[in-house]
Amino acid sequence: MDLTLKIWRQAGPEAKGEMKTYPISGVEEDMSFLEMLDFLNEQLIEQGIEPVVFDHDCREGICGMCSLFINGEAHGPGRKITTCQLHMREFKSGDTIYIEPFRAKAFPIIKDLMVDRSAFDRIQRAGGFISVNTSGNTIDANAIPVPKENADKAFDAATCIGCGACVATCKNSSAMLFASAKISQFSLLPQGQPEAKERVLNMVHQMDLEGFGNCTNTGACEVECPKGISLENIARMNRDYLFASLSSNK
Amino acid sequence: MALDSKIPAGPLGEKWTKHKGEIPLVSPANKRLIDVIVVGTGLAGSSAAASLAEMGYNVKAFCFQDSPRRAHSIAAQGGINAAKNYQNDGDSVYRLFYDTIKGGDYRSREANVHRLAEVSRNIIDQCVAQGVPFARDYGGLLDNRSFGGVQVSRTFYAKGQTGQQLLLGAYSALNRQIAKGRVKMYARHEMQELVVVDGKARGIIAKNLVTGEFERHSAHAVLLCTGGYGNVFFLSTNAMGSNVTAAWKAHRKGAYMANPCFTQIHPTCIPVSGENQSKLTLMSESLRNDGRIWVPAKKEDAEAIRAGKLHPNDIAEENRDYYLERRYPAFGNLVPRDVASRAAKERCDAGYGVNKTGEAVYLDFAAAIMRYGEEEAHVKGVNNPSEAEIKALGERVVEAKYGNLFQMYEKITASNPYKEPMKIYPAVHYTMGGLWVDYNLMTTIPGCFALGEANFSDHGANRLGASALMQGLADGYFVAPYTVGEFLSKDIRTGKISTDSPEFEAAEQAVRERTEKFINNNGTKTVDHFHKRLGKIMWNEVGMARNEKGLKQAIADIQALREEFYADVRVLGSANGMNPELDKAGRVADLIELGELMAKDALERNESCGGHFREEYQSEEGEALRDDENFAFVSAWEFTGVPAEAKLHKEELTFENVELKTRSYK
Repeated sequence: MDLTLKIWRQAGPEAKGEMKTYPISGVEEDMSFLEMLDFLNEQLIEQGIEPVVFDHDCREGICGMCSLFINGEAHGPGRKITTCQLHMREFKSGDTIYIEPFRAKAFPIIKDLMVDRSAFDRIQRAGGFISVNTSGNTIDANAIPVPKENADKAFDAATCIGCGACVATCKNSSAMLFASAKISQFSLLPQGQPEAKERVLNMVHQMDLEGFGNCTNTGACEVECPKGISLENIARMNRDYLFASLSSNK
Repeated sequence: MALDSKIPAGPLGEKWTKHKGEIPLVSPANKRLIDVIVVGTGLAGSSAAASLAEMGYNVKAFCFQDSPRRAHSIAAQGGINAAKNYQNDGDSVYRLFYDTIKGGDYRSREANVHRLAEVSRNIIDQCVAQGVPFARDYGGLLDNRSFGGVQVSRTFYAKGQTGQQLLLGAYSALNRQIAKGRVKMYARHEMQELVVVDGKARGIIAKNLVTGEFERHSAHAVLLCTGGYGNVFFLSTNAMGSNVTAAWKAHRKGAYMANPCFTQIHPTCIPVSGENQSKLTLMSESLRNDGRIWVPAKKEDAEAIRAGKLHPNDIAEENRDYYLERRYPAFGNLVPRDVASRAAKERCDAGYGVNKTGEAVYLDFAAAIMRYGEEEAHVKGVNNPSEAEIKALGERVVEAKYGNLFQMYEKITASNPYKEPMKIYPAVHYTMGGLWVDYNLMTTIPGCFALGEANFSDHGANRLGASALMQGLADGYFVAPYTVGEFLSKDIRTGKISTDSPEFEAAEQAVRERTEKFINNNGTKTVDHFHKRLGKIMWNEVGMARNEKGLKQAIADIQALREEFYADVRVLGSANGMNPELDKAGRVADLIELGELMAKDALERNESCGGHFREEYQSEEGEALRDDENFAFVSAWEFTGVPAEAKLHKEELTFENVELKTRSYK
């Protein structure tokens, strides 16, 4: 198939960016979207044009490294997939495709389509852990049964891949879905209880410091989330936050 | 240099406890004076960095991804083994040890494997304490499933995302230490060179991938937790960035590379669809718990399917060849990976393949769906359910077990595996070979350690499913943090290692020259062009079946490719700033050299064992013929300048606790 690609090019964090147009032909239906970009880059290199820079690694939808805003949607058309799982059979010959980076104040552009999402790591460092040292003699794993329903919900929350689609999609650039996924995972497990209050207060505080916006319940994040992380987690986080604010010793 | 594996004396079950008790301790005050570099933040790297920092060492951790959470351990699907015996099916430390030794075709060290089995139980306890949400049953206790090559249920899992959950657990432990300032994290940094001072590993040259700057980092020890080298085949289930550079630079500086030809070709991957494909996707081995593998029994049916004239669902039961169940009745669809892969290749080579390339077999869930459906109908008290009702109930059970895998398959292939069988074919997945390490996980360069897939130590010639996660976390949480003490206890008076030494200067200079050569090369072909050609040579001659003639040809072809690469590769842009093509060129350069050594290793090993199948050494039935008399050793290769002229050192393997047997799964 033949396509027209409109791609955001930006030489560096401070440079001025612009949309550039690249016609491409010979794209196959079975190619993934990123393979299509590889295919483009091979041609650009042969023409002496610097290839388009984009983040990617596992190419099976789990590492969370790939991003891209495709035709105005995080990870492109299709639900519950990452960009690397999007295939060209979703497009037809003659289409024009707009490809932009994930945009948010807290995700500065590094080059072209690559952004800096280290703010997410800093939110996790503020409390996204259970304080247990490696000892080899913690209690037996089956000593504390966890109701299956809670374990399953904790797992669902824990499947967040930290890609940032929620932030890129949200009109407020809010990271509430991301932060609430980790907070919920631990909130639902007995092991997470001792630090629950501090965790939610610290992670929310860090989220604000990084410049992410607030949640106004549009639900766009849940729709675009490649892992289907539920809004229920934001509700749980808000409840935990309120409870912690009122009862914390701090 | 003679190889000393430093295996402690004493009975097998007591070696580790005794050794751990005898390793010299470094006092808390002295740990603060010691710096450790950890390269790679997968399961081995994250867990090691976190544990060492907890103990009091100053840790610097490096990863090339934008966050430590993205290391490729994240993609492991099926599960992690542990000898917990929660299912009361007769499992024990000894049985896990025995299965692993046997599964590895008797080419691993008894002492290392036993230690792995011992600490496996601690891993599960540790992870649950960290909040890793493993699958649970209705009573709230942990659930298990079976994997290939074993007859017990000892695999812990979190749907098809076990690697993700374990890595995020280790990442959270790492984050806790970063927050405390005990670990300094360098993301988007890649190790370019190992710095050896007075014969000891004392630092690395790292490249800041965002700015293009080279940085000198010194430490008292360097831990390489950089994963495997499956990307030497270009197409593999590895992530795009997975590479051998860190391990290869260490090899060039004196670390021996062990058993590099032992490659695991995983039987259940989505088949190759076209020339522009960039990677292959695994379908977890756990699917073989419920999926039955088959091809048409009649060649004309296979031909009709390939031509698109026949649908697999229309082939009657008696015209299907469930070849694993036929050949290996005792283990059936759950034979180890190497056996399953070769069997698929055998059927496809014989003309029974079921996709247009002729390189695919079916993995069918129809029987499992009906079986589960009937069970569910029973549980739910549905009387005389119709076939459609049973099917619907069964599909829901299968979805709960493998939902994300089925969805992944459908996204890639546009075919619904609930309604028609999956098509699968073997693909490169894991490398058992790696840097040679002693019992302390130290390479032949003092102070340079290798953990996880980057070392060779535990899986012999074939790794069992759900054992990679186990080994990564065992090395990182429970082995290396203790065993580094033996080396580091001698360093308490050393003081800070200077980065101004001539050794650091020379290492940085070498990296700069290499980089500039690529930028100024003005060649005509892209890096991927060469990588794809390397992959073809490796897959055809150093893949699932190897022979002397092909291996000799591969060595010659790779050497020619290397020359052409350096003469004609084209890298645009500059060395100052972000340049992923430039980074890729450096990785491919090292993979080309490694490929040559793999072919050499395969050529010298005149036997078939595990993932290494030499066509000259097989039984009349096509089973692998191992040669214990002449090849019960680890091949450890010393770099001498040209990979194919590396010097071989043998570590003889002695088996005091298991009897060497022909591995039979019949």
